[in-house]
Amino acid sequence: MLLQNKICLVTGASKGIGKAICTLFANEGARVVMTGRNLESLNTLAAGLPHHSSPHLVFEMDVTKEDEIIKVFKELHEQKIFINCIVNNAGVMEDATLQMVKTEVIHKIYNTNVFGTILPSQHSIKAFLRNRGGSVINLSSIIGTNGNHGQSIYGSSKSAIIGFTKSLSKELAPLSIRVNAIAPGFIDTDMTRGMDEKFYEKNLKSIGMRRLGTAEDVARVALFLASDLSEYVTGQVIGVDGGMII
Amino acid sequence: MENNQIENDQMENAQKLVNSFHEALGINVSLIVDSLAYQTVPEWDSISHMILISQLEEDFSVSLETDDVIDLSSFAKAKEILIKHGLIF
Repeated sequence: MLLQNKICLVTGASKGIGKAICTLFANEGARVVMTGRNLESLNTLAAGLPHHSSPHLVFEMDVTKEDEIIKVFKELHEQKIFINCIVNNAGVMEDATLQMVKTEVIHKIYNTNVFGTILPSQHSIKAFLRNRGGSVINLSSIIGTNGNHGQSIYGSSKSAIIGFTKSLSKELAPLSIRVNAIAPGFIDTDMTRGMDEKFYEKNLKSIGMRRLGTAEDVARVALFLASDLSEYVTGQVIGVDGGMII
Repeated sequence: MENNQIENDQMENAQKLVNSFHEALGINVSLIVDSLAYQTVPEWDSISHMILISQLEEDFSVSLETDDVIDLSSFAKAKEILIKHGLIF
């Protein structure tokens, strides 16, 4: 098992890509710390996952609320649970052309996607130091690498994650802490199912492999980045997009 | 707490703090004095600062917050911060 004896924290764990990551990580031997806004969904997920030595943990944590992030990391510290990996997966997507975006939507997207990646990363570093290493995995997007019509806010928030990943990887490499990002393409999740039908069809046609990606496609790359298979990989953005062209 | 016990704890913590700095920064014990400050010696840079924070948390069983990490700019300041967390020096 690739994640035996590893403790991995996942944000936005209750559904979609986060849920797939938790499931795969647990199957690969990790103890998973599941965080999200919906405690009931998290508990249901945790109850169905195999665990090995210690039980998985569940915390209600909204990544836009710093006090909740602090509380979770304090609790982990008090229980002497030092994570080896964090997957900053929590994210929101709301599309509109720039003239049509309300300021509160911009704040919401940036608070979740950008601050919601930066703050948990900041708090996880001390645990990584205890373990003499660690892995930060940030969820960006193909829209962050390539841009897209009607997605200037979402796309720029995901570009910010790439900038954060690349700079932080340089900062933390001397401490054996790796920082990488995954840039999924068009993945079949609740988030993409809520898209306008024309937009959905257009995106599907742009995928070389002519199918939507699955949350499991993304989870397998997260597994690689969390495991020692990628112990010399840092500062990278790995696309999981089936040859999508934007 | 009796006076002798307080004095013992103070001495023990002071020695432990010197050891933490020595261990984390790899700096000679004779240089670890109140005036020792962040980025004034090559051994105490931004990287070793994080190692120091981790060492202090481990040695003193405390959880330092981001503000503490930023404020911990000298050996004297480290004592102040640990006092805030209930330790005596």
